[in-house]
Formats: sequence, C-alpha cells, structure tokens
Amino acid sequence: MNLQDLQIVAPELIVLIMACSLLMLDLFLSPQRRGILHLVSILTMALAAIITLRGHPALEATGTVMAFADTVIRDGMGDLLKVFAYLTMILVFVYSRHYLKQFNMYRGEFYSLAMFALLGAMVLISAANLITVYMGLELMALSLYAMVALKRDDRRSSEAAMKYFILGSMASGFLLYGMSMVYGATGSLQISEISIAAAEQGSDNMILVFGLIFMVVAMAFKFGLVPFHMWVPDLYEGAPAPVVLFISSMPKLAAFAMAIRLLQDGLSSLHHDWQGMLIVVAVLSIVLGNLAALAQQNIKRMLAYSTISHMGFVMLGLLSGTAAGFGASMFYVITYALMSAGAFGVVIFMSSKGVEAENLSDYRGMNQRNPWFAAMFAAFMLSMAGIPVFVGFFAKWLVIQAVVDAGLIWLALLAVVFSVIGGYYYLRVIKIMYFDKAKDETPIQVPSDFRAVLSVNALLMLVLGIFSAPLIAACMAVF
Amino acid sequence: MVSLTHYLTLGAILLCLGVAGIFLNRKNIIILLMSIELMLLAANMNFIAFSRFLGNPDGQVFVFFILTVAAAEVAIGLAILIVLFRNRSSINVADLDDLKG
Repeated sequence: MNLQDLQIVAPELIVLIMACSLLMLDLFLSPQRRGILHLVSILTMALAAIITLRGHPALEATGTVMAFADTVIRDGMGDLLKVFAYLTMILVFVYSRHYLKQFNMYRGEFYSLAMFALLGAMVLISAANLITVYMGLELMALSLYAMVALKRDDRRSSEAAMKYFILGSMASGFLLYGMSMVYGATGSLQISEISIAAAEQGSDNMILVFGLIFMVVAMAFKFGLVPFHMWVPDLYEGAPAPVVLFISSMPKLAAFAMAIRLLQDGLSSLHHDWQGMLIVVAVLSIVLGNLAALAQQNIKRMLAYSTISHMGFVMLGLLSGTAAGFGASMFYVITYALMSAGAFGVVIFMSSKGVEAENLSDYRGMNQRNPWFAAMFAAFMLSMAGIPVFVGFFAKWLVIQAVVDAGLIWLALLAVVFSVIGGYYYLRVIKIMYFDKAKDETPIQVPSDFRAVLSVNALLMLVLGIFSAPLIAACMAVF
Repeated sequence: MVSLTHYLTLGAILLCLGVAGIFLNRKNIIILLMSIELMLLAANMNFIAFSRFLGNPDGQVFVFFILTVAAAEVAIGLAILIVLFRNRSSINVADLDDLKG
C-alpha cells in the first residue's frame, strides 16, 4: 500500500471516513439537531461525486488503473456507476427525511448504515479480485439487512428482515461455493487471471462450468430474478418505505457491476454457457414479474413485481454479450434506479402520520389532492411502462435492440409483448389517480426540498428521454 | 491417501446438508442460521482443499475473510432474531406468515 493506491480509492476513502464520522457525530447531537446529519450526508455525496469526476491521471492515459496489489480496479464503467450511485443516495436522503421523522426513525443509524451500504457497493463496483467482490457484496448486504429491521417494533418489518437475511445469506453461500470451484479450476482469485485461464480451458472443464452455475444463481438472487425472487415482494411490502426506496435503487447499480465483473471480465470465454442461463431467468422474470404485478392491490408489492420484470430486461442486454448490449443494460439500470427512486418517493410522499399509503385505493383521486404530484407520479409510471418520450422507452428499446442483434428475435418479441401487458398495471395507477374519487380530499403536505427534488427527478425522466443521446453515449463508451 | 476428490465430496455433502436444512426445516430459525453457516463452511472446505492441492495460498487467505464475515453475518442474524422474537414471542419458521411470499 502506498500513497498512489490511496489516491485511486479516494472516493471510497471519503465515504468510509464520513460513514464513521456520522456514527460518532450522532452521539453528540441533540435530537433537534439531527438535520446536521442529513446535511453532512448530502454534502459527502456531492464531495465524493466531485472527487470521482475529477478522475485520476492514469485513468485518462490507459482507461483502467489498478490498486492494492491489483485487487481494486478503477475504470470508466465504475466511475459512471458510482456517480449515479451518489445521485440516487441524495434522492434517498431527501425523500426519506419526511418519513423518518413521522415514523420516529429519524436517527443516525439510517444515515451511517446507508453510507456503509454505499461503501460496499463502491467496493463491489471496483472489484478486480474475488475477495474484493465478496467483501463489497457482504458489506452492502449486511448494512441492508440491518436497515430493513430498523423499524424495531413492527411485526412485518422484522419478518421481512429475517426473510431477506436468510435468503441473502444463502445466496452468499452459493456465490462462495461457485467462487471456490472457479478458483479450483483456474488456480487464481484475480479476475483478469481467471479470464486467461478460462479462455484456455473453455467449457470442457466441468468444475469451471459448475462454479459458473453457482455464481449465476447467486447473482440471480441478488438481482431478485425469477425463480430466485421470493424475497423481493415480501421485502418490499414489509420493510419501511425509505429502506425499500434505497434497496430498489442503489444496490441494483452494484449488482449490475458485479455481473459485469464476474461474467464479462472474468468468464467471457464461457459466454455461450451463461447466455443460456441468463435467457432462462430473463424470460421467467419478464413473464412472471409482469403477470403477478397485474394481480396486486398493494402498491409496494406491485412495484416489487415490476422491479423483477425490469431486472429481467436488464438481463436482456447482458446476455447478448456485446459491448452495445452491456451499454444498453447499464443505461437501463441507471435510469431504472432514478425511476424507482422517484416512484418510491411518491409512496413516501403519500404516507402521512402513522399511515403508510400502501394500497392502490389510497391513491384514489390524487389529482384532486395535489395535481402537480399526481402528474409527477404519472410521469414515473409512464416511464416505467416504456411509453415513448419518457426515458424508460429508450432503455427498453436499447436492450431489445441488443437482443435482436444477438439473433434472438423470439426473445425480443416476447419482451415487447410482455412490456405491453405490463403497461396495464402502470396505467391502472394513473386511472386510479385521475378518475376515481378521493376518500378524503385533504391536500398533502410535505417539505419544500422534498417537493423540489421530486419535481426535478420526474422532469429528469422526460429530459433524459428527449435528450437521451449523451447518457447513452456515455454508457456505450465505457465498454 | 486422502485425495482432492474426497475433500470436494465432503464440501458437496456439507453444502447439500446446508441447503436441505434451509428448505426442510419448518421449526426453528436458529437451525436456519446453523444451515447457512454450514454452507459457508462447505465453501471454506473447497477453498482450503484447492489451495493445498494447487500449492497456491490465495484460497487460504480468502477463507480467513469468509470466517470473519460469517461471524459478522451471524451477529446481524441473531440481532434480527431478537427483534423478531420481541415482536412475535416466537421463532417458529411456520409463524412467519404475515407477508404472503
């Protein structure tokens, strides 16, 4: 370790230092002054974004730079994902504050755990060694388990935490077992060396293929793909809304990076093998996610199944195995994180003192209660449904194009058909908001910073849709 | 002479025991935690066996990391278990049915 290494991981260092400081700071603050924690967290994100965007001298020359005996890699993909991770963190902090205050959860733990989860995600995004992948993943997952259980006196919340914990730990077990097989077959934990050894052996080596299967299963768990999705709806329903908002946005970016690091950087020579597995999980996720979402009356469960189908779409780009496909998937996952953050922002927005707005009927006549926010929510729903002009359409279009380029026309057709079916439940929400009568017509009150950020987030769906070229180009350029 | 295959078979048996413990157990959440530990130990067994037979120490280093993380993981698991018990006065797996997953 030397100064050079520390310079390369400067963003991680900042987040680590600030996460620890927040933990300490919380002890010395009176409950009235917790706003400082909120402010410090947001400023940290801005600072980390600046440091990440400033880049590294070696980065411009070669595109990638390694640190700590080649266990950490910094490259364009990682930096782009990290910047959007900070952005979603800011959204999470701003949206959560209102809810945390109302439900008596406004404490330092939420902020420090969120920061540690972000740190884990950043390590995972920058991983160049199986040990780093595992450590990053676990740091993120352990923080998330604790966050789900944060509402200590709630039956459902603790049940969701337990289920998430058991299934998440099982996934880690599978991942490790797969990693041990890959290590045995290739003789290295270094992802670049694994790639070389795997290219020599190909899919003739059964141990290697066996390891790959276990790793894909673990990844499907972490993404929440069918048939390993059981935890997703329960978690979304049981966990407090800000935690769901968090879990549905930032960790998806990390999961995407993990898939790229392990499948593309490590085992691209086995593309033929993992493509088949990803096709199966993608098809099942898109079909089951969309069909199950139709039947839901609880909006959090509906959004959970919608997440499952969106993750299926992300897989479409990944399985094509081309640079354009990876870029499309990355664009999808980034825009999904922003969309999902906004949609759960509205769920938090509708939750008032002691009452979580969970059922679709709670959204009746939202247009009469607050027309501007009904329009915002409609924008998120239309974007998720993939209606043109909104960014969700371009995301879907790109991944489907990648699948067509890979010669899987049937898969593209299936994706299109099911995104049309999926359109129904998003439009149903809009119908409920605009054409059903409200039970109580009291206007909804939220702080002005919440309103401003939510408006910007919703307009971003439209702006990114109309001017999608720069972000698409940025995503394509890193592969 | 104990060969690599023997170790891998032991690892596979441990993994299967762990998975079976998670899916067959309908009684007690603590048994689930034990099963998860067993799965991690199966991976550890594989790592050490491969490391020994490849003559490459990296695998053994990884095992140290896994053991440390497993300890942290179980600490979180038990903490969640206590929260659960406070809310429900039961740690029976079959009682976890408020959410209809």
